[in-house]
Amino acid sequence: MQRTSILFCLVAAVAWVFADISVSTLDPWQELGQMARGLVAPDFFSLPGLGRALVNTLSFALIGMTAAVALGAVLSQFFYLAPVRLFCAFIRAVHELFWAFIFMPVIGLNSLCGILAIALPYAGVLAKVYAEIRQEADPAPAQALPPGTGRITAFVYATLPQIYPALKTYTAYRFECALRSSAILGFIGLPTLGYHLETAFREGNYHEAAALLYIFYLVILSLRFWARAKIIILPILAALFLTAWDTAFSLENTVRFFTYDILPWPMRAQGFYEGTRAIAFDPGSIFSWAGQVFSSQALPGIWHTLLLTQIALVLTAVFTLAVFAPASRTFFSSRVTRPVHLALVILRTTPEYILAYAGLLLWGPSMLPAIVALFLHNGGILAYLTARNTDLMALPFDAPVKRINRYFYEVLPRCYGGFLAFLFYRWEIIMRESAILGILGITTLGHYIDSAIAKDHLDTALFLILITAAMNMGVDTLSQHIRARLKISAHVTGVPGG
Amino acid sequence: MMAEAFAAQDTLPGNKTCNDAVLALENEDIGYTDFTALKQVSLAIKPGEKVALIGPSGAGKTTLLRRLFQLNPGRCAFVHQHYALVSGLSVFHNIYMGRLDRISVFENIRNLALPSKRRVREIRPIARSLGLEEKLFSRTGALSGGQQQRVGIGRALYRGGDILMADEPVASLDRVRQAQIMSLMTGTDKTVVSSLHAVELARQFFHRIVALKNRTVMFDLPVEQVSEERLQALYN
Repeated sequence: MQRTSILFCLVAAVAWVFADISVSTLDPWQELGQMARGLVAPDFFSLPGLGRALVNTLSFALIGMTAAVALGAVLSQFFYLAPVRLFCAFIRAVHELFWAFIFMPVIGLNSLCGILAIALPYAGVLAKVYAEIRQEADPAPAQALPPGTGRITAFVYATLPQIYPALKTYTAYRFECALRSSAILGFIGLPTLGYHLETAFREGNYHEAAALLYIFYLVILSLRFWARAKIIILPILAALFLTAWDTAFSLENTVRFFTYDILPWPMRAQGFYEGTRAIAFDPGSIFSWAGQVFSSQALPGIWHTLLLTQIALVLTAVFTLAVFAPASRTFFSSRVTRPVHLALVILRTTPEYILAYAGLLLWGPSMLPAIVALFLHNGGILAYLTARNTDLMALPFDAPVKRINRYFYEVLPRCYGGFLAFLFYRWEIIMRESAILGILGITTLGHYIDSAIAKDHLDTALFLILITAAMNMGVDTLSQHIRARLKISAHVTGVPGG
Repeated sequence: MMAEAFAAQDTLPGNKTCNDAVLALENEDIGYTDFTALKQVSLAIKPGEKVALIGPSGAGKTTLLRRLFQLNPGRCAFVHQHYALVSGLSVFHNIYMGRLDRISVFENIRNLALPSKRRVREIRPIARSLGLEEKLFSRTGALSGGQQQRVGIGRALYRGGDILMADEPVASLDRVRQAQIMSLMTGTDKTVVSSLHAVELARQFFHRIVALKNRTVMFDLPVEQVSEERLQALYN
């Protein structure tokens, strides 16, 4: 474990040398002061269209999540099949925002686009986690059923009752994530809270931005009152009723998208100029096109995504190890742990995209805002979980009184394995987000994808999205491999993924 | 061999000249905030005395030991029933932990990363006496139950002090080891208070037996006066 940790630290140190980290704004403190003033004096009264944005944020998340639960539940039943596992790995490796980019040209910037962008990746995550939870269930009750009992009957009677609480907890956590995703979809133009947030940020109107952020926190806080299994059907029905279903879906567009728009440019070029839309197939020119996109866009994108991921991963670890102690009752009284908990919950609730956006306004375009956003958000989650695990630890009554001895000898050696497992679970998530934060201008893969979409180069965008997905799947596999080799695991239900 | 290590580690000022009790409780109710585990306990233990606590499980032996420890934590070393070891750390570190409160924080952290020669020199003989020398830098979690039990004893030995307390210290050892460890633990002039499952060990190595039952002290007698009838009554 130590060797792995040191290796990752070295990699991050090398990455730091190559990363572009700078502060380019003239007066970051003044900007920070303005943000602070906004946070202190939020302006709730000049938000046009807020009601609609709120309804959309909630309904995209609700309907998207409902679809994801249904699809995920079905897929999890077939998770033992390698193609299903691969399919799930793929759909969750593509970020919500990238899915939205893919659906946009087919169905337009509307509710269905937002809902599908959430439903697909979340179905992939849920399928995997549902299957993992199911694996941990006791097989004895199912084996004790009369021979010949059907698969579904056996599952419903012998397995589901055991794992229901875990499924519910994880689904609830994921729903909170879906709300974050839904809000963030506004940043690329869908009509959710993020749309207004982006406008407010761009105009430097921090009073409005703060108000929107507070409204989002309130939504998350209110979850415990209405996002309950017994009554969740009511909000879902309301969402179905209130959503504007004005899709511009046309079969012709869809077919064109899949059979024409996304084909590599050399296949379309000649027909495009002649106006015939004829498709040519010349492997040589396709390869040279792919090679060109790869070397001029994918490679620099991959390189910067990797740099950002590895730096953010190690700083997340450092932040977690520094902050979990003051959040734990093993070290401090509730007078200290309560405010720290609150701060961690705020970090966890605030999407990294928003943190990065704020950082960008503060420090100007470099990797710095993204690094800080990633380690604050992910570190907030990990510190919270590690503190919770520490609180459950039974220390001997004669354990060292001095906190620093207690930390290094009693607590850290006991919680380090679990902490690393959590961290490696988040590795893939940090990489997904690293790619996405490129949309904000850092030259990770998201930047090149965003530029390609802006230029209507759908072929390039799709090619780069596939590369991003392949990278995420690679890191996911590597993370599983490392966790298995180090023999560390974290209980699935205790591990919120991004 | 272990007795030497034991004595060598005894760095705290002893209390050998004092004739008064080193540990005393008077009519005390012991328990947690909302629940009394033991009622009206009076107990006085003299320096150098070897006291065994016996009684059916759940009688409050651990609670009593814990209370006695808190009377004077600086002079006591404690061997825990469930080892209380940190399985991710080496045997060396787990033994070293006995003195965390007496060594500077700086040295503690340095030793975590890089054990100093001096500390290894201090701890190696203790590990040797417990048959753990080859395992000194092995992960404690990888050891057998009996070995882990011995690491716990090693920690208490390294801690030193003139009072040694133990909660079922030999429960997971074989008979030969049980006798070896018990004779070494009780073979010095330290005060020893230990809970025990096996009455034979109590008879063999201790001066005095305190029996707990039904949340109170049932008898407190010199070993010679503990009759079979009393034991029958205790365990039935």
